[in-house]
Amino acid sequence: MPKPGSRDGQAFRMSRRKMMKGVAAVLGALVLPEKDASASVWEAFFQKNFRELSRPELEKVIARLEKEYSGRFGKAVKVRATPPIEGVLYGYGLDLSRCIGCRRCAYGCIQENNQSRDPQIQWIQVLQLNKERGVDLEEAELYYNPAKVPEKGHFYMPVQCQQCERPPCVKVCPVQATWKERDGITVVDYNWCIGCRYCMAACPYGARHFNWKKAGLPAAEMNPETHYLGNRPRPVGVVEKCTFCIQRVRNTPGRYTACVEVCPVGARKFGNLLDPESEIRYVIENKRVFILKEDLNTRPKFYYFYAT
Amino acid sequence: MRKIWEFFKGTLVLVTKGSKAYYAWIVSLLVLMAIGAAAYVYQLQNGLIVTGMRDQASWGFYISNFTFLVGVAAAAVLLVIPAYVYKWKPIKEIAVLGEMLAVSAMVMCLLFVTVDIGRPDRFWHLIPKIGILNFPQSLLAWDVVVLNTYLVLNLVIAVYICYKNYNREEPNPNFFNPMILFSIPAAVSIHTVTAFLYNGLAARPFWNASILAPRFLASAFCSGPAFMIMLFQVIRKYTRVEIKDEAIFKVAELIAYSMFINLFLLGAEVFKEYYSHTIHLAPMEYLFQGLKGHSDLVPYIWTAMFFNVAAFILFLVPQTRENYVTLNIGCVLIFIGVYIEKGLGLVIPGLVPDVLGEIFEYSPTGTEILVSLGIWATGLFVYTLLLRVAVPILTGEFYVGDDGVKPVIVDTEFIRKADALAAQSYRD
Ligand code: SF4
Ligand code: SF4
Repeated sequence: MPKPGSRDGQAFRMSRRKMMKGVAAVLGALVLPEKDASASVWEAFFQKNFRELSRPELEKVIARLEKEYSGRFGKAVKVRATPPIEGVLYGYGLDLSRCIGCRRCAYGCIQENNQSRDPQIQWIQVLQLNKERGVDLEEAELYYNPAKVPEKGHFYMPVQCQQCERPPCVKVCPVQATWKERDGITVVDYNWCIGCRYCMAACPYGARHFNWKKAGLPAAEMNPETHYLGNRPRPVGVVEKCTFCIQRVRNTPGRYTACVEVCPVGARKFGNLLDPESEIRYVIENKRVFILKEDLNTRPKFYYFYAT
Repeated sequence: MRKIWEFFKGTLVLVTKGSKAYYAWIVSLLVLMAIGAAAYVYQLQNGLIVTGMRDQASWGFYISNFTFLVGVAAAAVLLVIPAYVYKWKPIKEIAVLGEMLAVSAMVMCLLFVTVDIGRPDRFWHLIPKIGILNFPQSLLAWDVVVLNTYLVLNLVIAVYICYKNYNREEPNPNFFNPMILFSIPAAVSIHTVTAFLYNGLAARPFWNASILAPRFLASAFCSGPAFMIMLFQVIRKYTRVEIKDEAIFKVAELIAYSMFINLFLLGAEVFKEYYSHTIHLAPMEYLFQGLKGHSDLVPYIWTAMFFNVAAFILFLVPQTRENYVTLNIGCVLIFIGVYIEKGLGLVIPGLVPDVLGEIFEYSPTGTEILVSLGIWATGLFVYTLLLRVAVPILTGEFYVGDDGVKPVIVDTEFIRKADALAAQSYRD
């Protein structure tokens, strides 16, 4: 437990920062169960928004987080803050004629991105749809569970963050805890989000998920290669979402996301929209693509198509 | 300065003095507050998982209460308009009571938002300059600004009038009138901004209807004044404040008109959704009929509809409007009716079915109900203390002594029987 400031005659001359500390001591005692954290609790508490951190400040933050995570998970955890690569705008393609609804992507994503296993948080939601109704979300079934997929008369549509060019989630956030990066990925600063969940009400694709409880993430399954804006462990009470595996795609240019790699039928395409030679550009130019809920003018960079 | 300090000390003495009924009331509120606080600590330790909310229905009972109370706060002050127009006698009293109700309702609103957010320890992120307030982009940022302005504004007006009265002076109209006038658009704005908060979300067709803000205002003008009517009766019975029958009946009549507008706007919405029968009908079907076997909200909304229509008739017919039994029944019906309609009946169908068509039935857990109860008790506690000071001031039973510094306290009971009132000395 942090010591509350000494209570002598200066009590009334507390600076604003000290006062915040007092408030924090009370709240912190309730919210943060770790009793030994002391100094780093205060550093975390006063940490600025990611986009306002100077270089040295960012390095300090990352060092603190790496130490905290490495201690908690008992292995060397790397937290990167790799910036966007110039001249890259990520886009995604999903071939509905190939997807068989096996949900390997959803589980591959959980492993790569350190989602909570209990309660389970899934960034990818695979919907089962009726062939005769087409893409009719009112008829969608999320909890389909037959012995074998695909089922007759059905097709499957995975939905995850569509990385909107005009993201309503960003517009509504009262504290700018979520924003669109230059490479087109919408990210969340888990240390700045206040957990109001306004963005969840605003997202038309159900792509944002809340940590209703402390994440249940077994140390053995924890992926230690993380990014500050991506798959690092999330605290309780904040929102998280798909980031196109920001820890992979920024670190190694050209690398695929986990869901693209794991898909057994090759239904998933990923690449740089600004590169005319990229796979995703090929799809857009040669297949008929559509975007979800185009009437909302969110302009997703996530293109569905039927290759065959 | 000394004078203000003495006044302040006087108010502290006042709030600790009272009849048995007053103490009993205060103690029961404190007990409820303690229970609510304990439930909140439990929620803080375990996370919001202890609520009924999940990713599909990411807002619930807390935000419903918040929305309803914004309406109460707005309408309490809007009563100042008819008070001016009809030149009701105790205009100052009506203004002060309304403004203090607004203050208490605002306190509740802010508490409801606080218990709803996942990281209350990061509340300072909302403070401009220290944190980042995403203004003017985010409607929630707008709400933070207008709600706090409104809270301060009403507090200042009410305290100013009371302090002047305490000093046996008339309020300075050059200060007082513009403030009261400003509080009227402020009241409209808190409610409009709160409506826009929902209204602006294209992802949620149930909220994304332009009729939402007008409906908010119309229904607020029912619930807030209904509360005030009941309050007026209590106050004039147990204290020396006099409020004319005529004022009460007029308020009831205004409620009838507002309810008519509210029902009319609802009808317009129902027609549009059912006749055009697009996929955007689903939330309304879920609310009024149940959808694919899910119908948790249906009994509630029909109760609300029945209450609203019944109260509308009671307040429209002069005979029932001017009979205190039916009048009070009407007030209770309206308060509950609007509470359901503007609470869960507004928030939940916005989220269910969710954006991918899933139907998730939300209902509040025990923790949510206890925390909410605690917040309501806190609001009533704040209101009671404010009235405890304001009422004796308005009746001249708490005023500055002849030396111009020391306060004189005549009223030591606050809540008492009417016959006891007659026996007591009275300054005017
Ligand atoms: S899909 Fe949702 S979370 Fe992703 S950018 Fe669009 S609005 Fe934001
Ligand atoms: S939950 Fe977090 S990211 Fe979403 S709007 Fe609120 S503060 Fe912003």
